[in-house]
Amino acid sequence: MSNTASANNKKGGFLAGTANYLDERVGVAGILKEFGRKVFPDHWSFMLGEVALYSFLVLLLSGTFLTFWFQPAMTPVIYDGVYGPLKGASMSVAYASTLDISFEVRGGLLFRQVHHWSALLFVAAAGLHMLRVFFTGAFRKPREINWVVGFALFVLGMAGGFTGYSLPDDLLSGNGLRIIDGMIKGVPFIGTSISSLLFGGEFPGESIVARLYSLHIMIVPALILVFVAIHLFMVVIHKHTHYSGPGKRDDNVVGYPLMPVYVAKAGGFFFIVFGVIALVAATVTINPVWNYGGYDPSPVSAGTQPDWYIGWLDGALRLAPTHLEFIVGGYTLSLNILIPLVVGVLFLVIVAAYPFLEAWVTGDKREHHVLDRPRNAPTRTAIGAAGVTFYAVLWAGAATDLIATNFKMSLNQVLLSMQIMLIVLPFVAYYVTKRTCLSLQRKDREIVLHGRETGRIIRMPHGEYIEVHEPLDEYEAWKLIDFKDYAPTLARPNAKGKITIRARIRSGLSKFYFEDRVAPVNAIELKAAQDHKELH
Amino acid sequence: MSKSKEVAKPFDGEHDYDGGLAVIDKNPVQDPGMEPHRVRMTDKSPAHEKAAARQVTALFVFSMISSFLAIVAYFAFPLSHLSLGNVRANTLFLGLGIAFGMLAIGIGAVHWAKTLMPDAEVSEARHQTRGSEEVRARAIEIINLANQESGFSRRKLIRRTLYGALALFPIPGIVLFADLGPLGEEVDAKLRHTAWKKGSRLAKDPYGTPIKASDVTVGSVFHVIPEDLKEYNPDGSLNAEYLNEKAKAAVLLVRVDPIDLNPSKGRENWAYDGIVAYSKICTHVGCPVALYEQHTHHLLCPCHQSTFDLSNECAVVFGPASRALPQLPITVDAEGYLVAQSDFNEPVGPSFWER
Repeated sequence: MSNTASANNKKGGFLAGTANYLDERVGVAGILKEFGRKVFPDHWSFMLGEVALYSFLVLLLSGTFLTFWFQPAMTPVIYDGVYGPLKGASMSVAYASTLDISFEVRGGLLFRQVHHWSALLFVAAAGLHMLRVFFTGAFRKPREINWVVGFALFVLGMAGGFTGYSLPDDLLSGNGLRIIDGMIKGVPFIGTSISSLLFGGEFPGESIVARLYSLHIMIVPALILVFVAIHLFMVVIHKHTHYSGPGKRDDNVVGYPLMPVYVAKAGGFFFIVFGVIALVAATVTINPVWNYGGYDPSPVSAGTQPDWYIGWLDGALRLAPTHLEFIVGGYTLSLNILIPLVVGVLFLVIVAAYPFLEAWVTGDKREHHVLDRPRNAPTRTAIGAAGVTFYAVLWAGAATDLIATNFKMSLNQVLLSMQIMLIVLPFVAYYVTKRTCLSLQRKDREIVLHGRETGRIIRMPHGEYIEVHEPLDEYEAWKLIDFKDYAPTLARPNAKGKITIRARIRSGLSKFYFEDRVAPVNAIELKAAQDHKELH
Repeated sequence: MSKSKEVAKPFDGEHDYDGGLAVIDKNPVQDPGMEPHRVRMTDKSPAHEKAAARQVTALFVFSMISSFLAIVAYFAFPLSHLSLGNVRANTLFLGLGIAFGMLAIGIGAVHWAKTLMPDAEVSEARHQTRGSEEVRARAIEIINLANQESGFSRRKLIRRTLYGALALFPIPGIVLFADLGPLGEEVDAKLRHTAWKKGSRLAKDPYGTPIKASDVTVGSVFHVIPEDLKEYNPDGSLNAEYLNEKAKAAVLLVRVDPIDLNPSKGRENWAYDGIVAYSKICTHVGCPVALYEQHTHHLLCPCHQSTFDLSNECAVVFGPASRALPQLPITVDAEGYLVAQSDFNEPVGPSFWER
């Protein structure tokens, strides 16, 4: 054995020698044999998760660069840097070092912008990736746990973003922290203590930047790394899902091998993501902290916005109706803060728990590796659309003032209509989406059975005019036929002859989900349609 | 349509799962299998293949040039310690060099994969996530063996004390965090008091110049801090103690026609000749209520648009806030300067549970 190995070593030169060295010490040959030709399906929507992963890597790289200069201290200093307008101003060390990074370190401003843009992209890509997974049913068994892990990553992304946003200690981020402090104080029983522990006493204190820094550069990224590792590990265990198509089944995976095609495509894609972020960062200014000045609790600028992913929470705060604060037994209950908080948390909990709810309703214990086209799961797609609409209204709610000023409308009416839209629009979105999905399904059946309309009208010998329909080939047809179909169930009595409330709820939900359904075309229908066509 | 509900068929003799409400068609259309592979131009024509190879090479060369230019830009636009001149050029050209250096690698690699590497999709078998029956049996055997050898379920006392120990050991770690900030009465007292006291002069924010009642014309607004706030930063630095006090003591001073004020009982003397002072810290989540609309007498918080009516003791007229802004009782001293009669009569800023 060792004889042949050393013989190969001599024959293959340096590369083979290295490979042999590594295999004898870490067993790379086995790893390559196992993973080298692993198959990955190809679809543009699978790149959303990749964008999230790569922008996280960019965050780690650019963030590490920034730590070499940033000083997370709130000690006051007199600014003596090159930025004229702030010369001689008293400000925190954190803010002064942010200015120095921007103006006195070559590439400092570039990498501050790379860092900020990639943070925005990370949360956006993770959110879009979640939507892709939701609308294609990729969260179904066996991937429910991985959905929860991905959900945790999304929340951690927001946490990472917010803790980072607050570090420069400028006026904008300071007012953001002020809002967080106000929200924490509004929590019953423990709010005051939590605020004091977080800020080290009163707001703003002199500790918060250093504490957020610990969270931002150690705890949050470490958690993200751990969850990313679990997330990807589970992708390897499950193998990637694929879209329905000819030859694509629940018991296989169709795509390109990791080596060389996916290494080139995914590896190349990392450079594209980094390149695009660098291009944006080089040309588009973001968070020009020097314009805002250091934090001072008295001034504030109008029309300011949080980073986009915090918008929905800020919107929730704004949309709360007036006069929701009550005195209960001598204590102050701030429902104007508590309700938005609870609504936000509840929304997140529903998102995290959705796969388990759907699994319970369908009772389907099979593994699902072929993705649904959104139209083929009309109720799920409609629920998703309602959720997206709810989130979108909250998000737009964070811009009530800008909408009012830019479109010259009354602020009061903008807010009132947002409050109404928050309740009404999700229902509208649900209804419209569900009906659209069902219509698309019917259209698919129509196309499979009778072919595509060609727009060519011909006149038959006996005078009848018909439009020529062009039949699909079997591969095209299969894409429209292959989906899973469910039917509602009745509440059945259990062994004791009793219909439990659980059974009733499940039956009700199954009706809600599957009462309106369009079944996939089966062989008999297809045959009948083809025979019919031949008669013509 | 002839349909009936039956249990989904397992594949390849693997575990048989219940399909639940799934409808299994007895006469499904058969999967036609993988589509025949379409041959690309680069596979058919050597000229196209050569062109694609040249494009990939050109992209990689372009990447090298861009990375080199990024280094050139780094040195070509030094940042002076005296002026801001080169910041824009440095950021732009360094960034463009880095961006194109990476974009060209990425586009080149993807182009290589798409045009020159095999593009026929391959199929790989996928197995159920659960272990086979033998594997599962062996796993249970191992757990039973471990249980037997350790006596984990047999030795109840050991097991329960272990649970107890494991439950308690993290608690010191949590207690350690109590020193992050003061708790209880110390916080409470601070939240209830501000730097205002009887006789504190109202001064302009941020310079601390005291304000004479005669300087305040009808309709004008002043951003105000107590003159004695200077005690916290004699050197003018924004230290934490100063900022903490300022975060509570900031006040908005407005003069209106006295008939526009409608003071409630007990507050008739809190204003001076139409001059009123209200806490500038929003009672919602604490942003500074910095906007004043002269003709409506409304104060507006720019963060969440809570609106307060100055002519009605700053009661909330719009937005998510619930409580009126606390009023600072003021008067004038012997020299005609505006002074506070006392501290605020209630805690300022966002509500808190013990308020």
